[in-house]
Amino acid sequence: MILSLCLFILLAPFVGGLIDGLDRKLSARMQARRGPPIWQPFYDVAKLMQKENLFLHYSQNALMLYYLMMVVITGMIFFSGGDFLLVIFTFTLAIGFLVLAAYKGSSPYSETGASRELLQLLAYEPMLILAGVAFYLAAGSFDVRAIVQHESNLIWTMPGIFLGLIYIFTIKLRKSPFDLSTSHHAHQEVVKGITTELAGPTLALFEIAHWYETVLLLGMVYLFAAATPWLGITLAVLVYLFEIFIDNTTARVKWQQMVLWSWVVALVLGLGNIVLLAATKGGSL
Amino acid sequence: MSAFIKSPWIIHYDASSCNGCDIEVLAALTPLYDVERFGIINTGNPKHADVFVVTGSVNDQNKEIIKNIYDQMPEPKVVCAIGICACSGGIFQECYNVQGGVDKLIPVDVYIPGCAAKPESIIDGVVKALGILEEKRKAFKAQHCTCGCHAAATKE
Repeated sequence: MILSLCLFILLAPFVGGLIDGLDRKLSARMQARRGPPIWQPFYDVAKLMQKENLFLHYSQNALMLYYLMMVVITGMIFFSGGDFLLVIFTFTLAIGFLVLAAYKGSSPYSETGASRELLQLLAYEPMLILAGVAFYLAAGSFDVRAIVQHESNLIWTMPGIFLGLIYIFTIKLRKSPFDLSTSHHAHQEVVKGITTELAGPTLALFEIAHWYETVLLLGMVYLFAAATPWLGITLAVLVYLFEIFIDNTTARVKWQQMVLWSWVVALVLGLGNIVLLAATKGGSL
Repeated sequence: MSAFIKSPWIIHYDASSCNGCDIEVLAALTPLYDVERFGIINTGNPKHADVFVVTGSVNDQNKEIIKNIYDQMPEPKVVCAIGICACSGGIFQECYNVQGGVDKLIPVDVYIPGCAAKPESIIDGVVKALGILEEKRKAFKAQHCTCGCHAAATKE
């Protein structure tokens, strides 16, 4: 277990950065461009680390560090087979630190970004909690370890939860149409939204945290077909490709639409799936 | 070549340009020239930028803004004056409200003349600026620790 935790801490940013690089390359090809090298995200972070750190309050740096730490801890709980509910709660706490860091920036763009990040949290959180409940109903435990060891592929019994999670992953991966608080690559939204007041090394922390987040989210996709590992990995790859496709073909929506439709999806697909699961289990909800 | 200059993020500011040079700057970002090949991103945020790309001349209305953007950029940074107006004031040099080129206000590293400057010459100029950026990085590294905390602390 110690080994797997060390592997996660060291490999996750590498894998996440590589996914980000492939994402940018693929996005560029979809826009008939050549695009940057696959290693571009690593060049970016290496550069940001060497820049001067401009900040208004010292606490911004500390809060960004807490954000990164909480994301790493969330990933550690998840990949060591811990409690899925705890994963959701620590993930939320991480976002809390990010929002606080952005509010510390005291600029209109940064504060708008922070408010929108909170709205995004409001939008995707119900679906994540429902996913936790559904995992419990299907696998009989909140522990990720038990969910992975479940004998059948969960995607067959929880397709609604799967689709709902893909929907909210668009928010979590900061992809269009839900890149409201900040967007990545060359996109701009309220300048750079939540990251507007972060410069140099502090911004690098944000990028690295995003790599960890990507790996964690793809890990959640893997849970749906963990009984057949090759299917799980294929599923994760397909979901990410689908997110890139959505990113390049949709326009940004208003926050009202994002919250409304995320809740509708959570209610219909998420709750509907849970009711079906409970019914097949003999009504033991 | 270090990783530093493989990811030059630019901020583009239209001082009092006629939009000719701005269109050429944006043309460099389009699929035809696609400067993202070199990791160049148009950030629109001075705190994320390494290269300050200015078009048009300095006048009384925009001098504060140019100064402000320049000051908000973290070190090391370079400035490219694009188009003859940004270089020297061009044909507007003698106007009552024009103070001249951008170098009247902030130190300019690369001058890219032209009316309007061609995308090829803009890319050429920015690549020249990267060489200067690398020199500045070395000087900056010699002065400060890598996290840049000293620089920020002295500024406060």
